[in-house]
Amino acid sequence: MNRIDQAFLDKKERLLNVYYTAGFPNLEDTLDIAKALDAGGADLIEIGLPFSDPVADGPTIQESSTKALANGMTLNKLFSQLQDLREHVEVPVLLMGYINPVLQYGFEKFCAKCAEVGIDGLILPDLPMYEYEELYKDVLEKYGLYNVFLITPQTSDERIQKIDELSKGFIYMVSSASTTGAKKGISSEQINYFQKIKSANLRNKRLIGFGISDNESFSKACEYADGAIIGSAFIKLVEQDSSAENIKNYIQGVKSPLS
Amino acid sequence: MSEVKSKYLVDERGYFGKFGGAYIPEMLYPNVEELRRSYLEIMGSPAFKADFDHLLKDFVGRPTPLYFAGRLSETFGANIYLKREDLCHTGAHKVNNTVGQILLAQALGKKRVIAETGAGQHGVATATVCALMGIDCIIYMGEIDMARQKPNVERMKILGAEVRPATSGSKTLKDATNEAMRHWINNPQDTHYIIGSVVGPHPYPDMVARFQSVISEEIKWQLKEKEGKENPDHVFACVGGGSNAAGAYYHYLDAEEVNLVAVEASGLGNNTGKSAATTALGREGVLHGSRTLLMQTDDGQVVEPYSISAGLDYPGIGPFHAHLFDSGRGQFVGVTDEEAMNAGVLLSRLEGIIPAVESAHAISALGKVKLKETDIVVVNLSGRGDKDLETYIKWGKY
Ligand SMILES: Cc1ncc(COP(=O)(O)O)c(C=O)c1O
Repeated sequence: MNRIDQAFLDKKERLLNVYYTAGFPNLEDTLDIAKALDAGGADLIEIGLPFSDPVADGPTIQESSTKALANGMTLNKLFSQLQDLREHVEVPVLLMGYINPVLQYGFEKFCAKCAEVGIDGLILPDLPMYEYEELYKDVLEKYGLYNVFLITPQTSDERIQKIDELSKGFIYMVSSASTTGAKKGISSEQINYFQKIKSANLRNKRLIGFGISDNESFSKACEYADGAIIGSAFIKLVEQDSSAENIKNYIQGVKSPLS
Repeated sequence: MSEVKSKYLVDERGYFGKFGGAYIPEMLYPNVEELRRSYLEIMGSPAFKADFDHLLKDFVGRPTPLYFAGRLSETFGANIYLKREDLCHTGAHKVNNTVGQILLAQALGKKRVIAETGAGQHGVATATVCALMGIDCIIYMGEIDMARQKPNVERMKILGAEVRPATSGSKTLKDATNEAMRHWINNPQDTHYIIGSVVGPHPYPDMVARFQSVISEEIKWQLKEKEGKENPDHVFACVGGGSNAAGAYYHYLDAEEVNLVAVEASGLGNNTGKSAATTALGREGVLHGSRTLLMQTDDGQVVEPYSISAGLDYPGIGPFHAHLFDSGRGQFVGVTDEEAMNAGVLLSRLEGIIPAVESAHAISALGKVKLKETDIVVVNLSGRGDKDLETYIKWGKY
């Protein structure tokens, strides 16, 4: 069974998925951060592939990408860092990135490498649905990889149905019309959207991301979905202090039941 | 805009051959989809056509002349005509597209317009039509470009636009485009993004090419009047993203006897690491929403291009041109900074026309393509040199 499915079977609610950029703050931090997240209680891990032109990202993730590239991060480098991933990390790991570096690496070669090091899924936000179905779906399936699609408050009902059909693992619910990290807190408008999706009876599990940063926003999101995704806030944390201790404290703080 | 069908134009999936598409994150999907669903219908409506034609005529000053350049013809040994896009209001072809897109933005009920700009020409053309229509306007411009193109920054401000510096990445045109896209993601409902060239996700490349197609539509009847036939032997145009070239080629795509010459900026030379010649140095990739040819590292990171001309300083070309290159329909030629500047001075001396540095690249290429005495050649003179005075002065060799 794909580790993503296993994670949702093992834990029924409040799953925490944490995003961080490969090669940030230091080139060789990638695996250590994954280990610390696994040990610290994250339920899923999303490793970001840095790109020179991250149009969907706000300043925090942009800057982490620029830094990671300056540190010398490449896909070859990443796969060599993740060579022993599965000796250390049990939770599902997804790679998230823009499509161009993946195409340059070679889509099939990329998927083969992912399978080899024990990656469970991909999030490629600028890969269109049509091209996915026509060109890439079979390749992903061949290597047992799940492809996660995004929906936003502007995504039409009809399109949500289609995305639900195509998605595997979970659906990534972008919490508001924004780039990553842009907004803080959760508005009543967003709650309406969460509620609407919650009652839509989708086939897939749902994780809410963008603007989730702490125990309060995590708990709020978990009222309407199976869990939530933290990105920019975690990048800021590891930029200050990427020790396992600090990461564990943060994860525990985010996940603790609201008092 | 008369309708053209050609295998070199976009198919129903939004591709030019294997290039194009809409490689965008879900956050941009509703905006782009709204445009995709409505652009042909809006552009095809009689009211839109009437407004567009009227503004092109009375505001932009179209038709622009097709001028027989006698002394230039003698120099290069062919019959050379210049399509005078430099005489458009605001000084370049860019305004053909912004007039079209502002009418589209109005038809879609948008309250605000955003745009990216490199040299500032597209920014000025956008600020101009926003002023004309009383629509709020925000222009993203790389911090480095803002310093290099100060007069255009001030022109945009005089016209009432807000100019926002793009401070991420390399702080030039591609980063200004990234920032404009981010703005659009954060303001999906009330904003229209006027892209300045035949780049971006479908339907932009097709839409911008259609707005610019007025250039070759006019060349056809103007050449008929002057030479008794619609088709020249060669059409020359410079290619940054490729909008002036797309407009100049549009009605000749299926006339295979017309040689389409696309002129790219080779900067200091293609093997110096300081060039913007995408077909010479690029590979297939995805940037700003379309699959196209792209200058990039082996690891798929986009490379910062270089050209003396800010308007050609872009690491890709539109999918329209990637397809012309891939299919062999277009002849692609590189021109260095030095060759372009010399050609700019040459045209000034021979014809009394100081061209934009971008357009000077097209002039220079006349010396790189085999021309016969009897050949009829049209060079699309995309813009005037006023904005480049500083560049000419720094160059100094005149
Ligand atoms: C005068 C002029 N010509 C050409 C270009 C290049 O753009 P495109 O290739 O879209 O025509 C520019 C862009 O700023 C320009 O100002």
